[in-house]
Amino acid sequence: MENLIAYAPLLWKGTQVTIALALVGLALATLLGALGAAGKIGGGPIARGVVFLYTTIVRGIPDLVLILLIYFGGQRIVNAIAGALDIGYVDVSKFWSGALAIGFIYGAYLTETFRGAYMTIPRGQIEAARALGLKRSAILWKVTLPQLVRFAISGYANVWQVLIKSTAVVSVISLQDLLGLANDAGKSVREPFTFFAAVFVIYLLFTFISQNIFNWAERRFTIKGRNDAA
Amino acid sequence: MMQLDKIVNNLDLFLGGAWMTVQLTAIALFIGFCIALPCGLARARRVPIISPLINAYVYAFRGTPLLVQLYLVYYGLAQFDIVKDSFAWPVLREAYWCALITFSLNSGAYATEIIRGAVATTPDGEIEAATALGLSRWQVDFLVLIPSALRRALPQYGNEVVFMLHGSVVASVITLQDILGVGRTLNARFYMAYEGILTAAVFYMVLTFALVMLFRWLENKYLKHLALAH
Repeated sequence: MENLIAYAPLLWKGTQVTIALALVGLALATLLGALGAAGKIGGGPIARGVVFLYTTIVRGIPDLVLILLIYFGGQRIVNAIAGALDIGYVDVSKFWSGALAIGFIYGAYLTETFRGAYMTIPRGQIEAARALGLKRSAILWKVTLPQLVRFAISGYANVWQVLIKSTAVVSVISLQDLLGLANDAGKSVREPFTFFAAVFVIYLLFTFISQNIFNWAERRFTIKGRNDAA
Repeated sequence: MMQLDKIVNNLDLFLGGAWMTVQLTAIALFIGFCIALPCGLARARRVPIISPLINAYVYAFRGTPLLVQLYLVYYGLAQFDIVKDSFAWPVLREAYWCALITFSLNSGAYATEIIRGAVATTPDGEIEAATALGLSRWQVDFLVLIPSALRRALPQYGNEVVFMLHGSVVASVITLQDILGVGRTLNARFYMAYEGILTAAVFYMVLTFALVMLFRWLENKYLKHLALAH
């Protein structure tokens, strides 16, 4: 226990890396999910085909496999380019490899979430908006998006809960995140259980806190008595 | 540039890895299911004392990363002399058994929640009809409630099966030669950047699609009566 207290600042540093990784990953995933959903809903046959391939392939591959592929494969590709340009050896960032992989994976899940939420919006509303002469952009901002947020929020919360747990496997490419640092510290003081138990509790706190935030958000965004469409 | 011959010549290693992955996943799912059936029923019925305990188990395992759980069991338990001196040590020092125990407990927690949900949403009429026919409490449970709940749990359980398959990749982190383990070993042996992992990704994708097809077939078989009702 004294060891755990002595290492608390280090674990706090790791916690910050993990939180940053999760948030950057979520931002990337949201962007890709929005693009994917837009492509699936309004795109032509080529866009739809690309999105279909993206979501199908990504959802068939485990997170760790994709992280290793992006990190080691990325290292090779970047250095092949660097070699051709005579720049010298380039070190690919572990953090960004992890964030990219997480964003890429959960973007595929969010594509389905956003598309599903869009499908829940009654067609009549969009037809009515068009009949009133609203421009495409006005329909998007005033009719579609506000409701999309409402319908997508519970699915979005689910994806986030899975995503945050995925950050742990990025420690496998020896990123100095919460689990990575705890692993090193626990081994050096020969108290692995104590340190992994601390990581366990911190992750439990992550999920607990985010669940409460999303519960609040869901209450905030749903209209009372109008939940039938969700 | 791609070293395909190294992959083709070692395809038997990958097949062995696939067997390891399938075996770990299948046994963990089976044990998990055996844990989940009584736990899910107890949770749905809010059995006093037992139900909050099960709730704590489910919450802890669903709220933390599988890799952290695996580290706690595999590296963590060795911290305690009581464990090292106990009869269970020959089992607990083996990576294989640690992975199997962790995966089973993890899958048990997710499946408990799925079964709880399915049991809780059983239409009252089904139970009332069975009672009215003079079935005993046990008969209602085993002939009506459980079969009906398991059928309706099928789509979600299918997700859990894929989730467990993908989760099992962390076994490679504790030196087990599953699909990813073989990919990483070959990468290290032949100084390849991505070929081994890419091959592993293809194996996982094929397994995932096989499972998705299997569950689609099962749903068609066992949920037909529900599809007609809509």
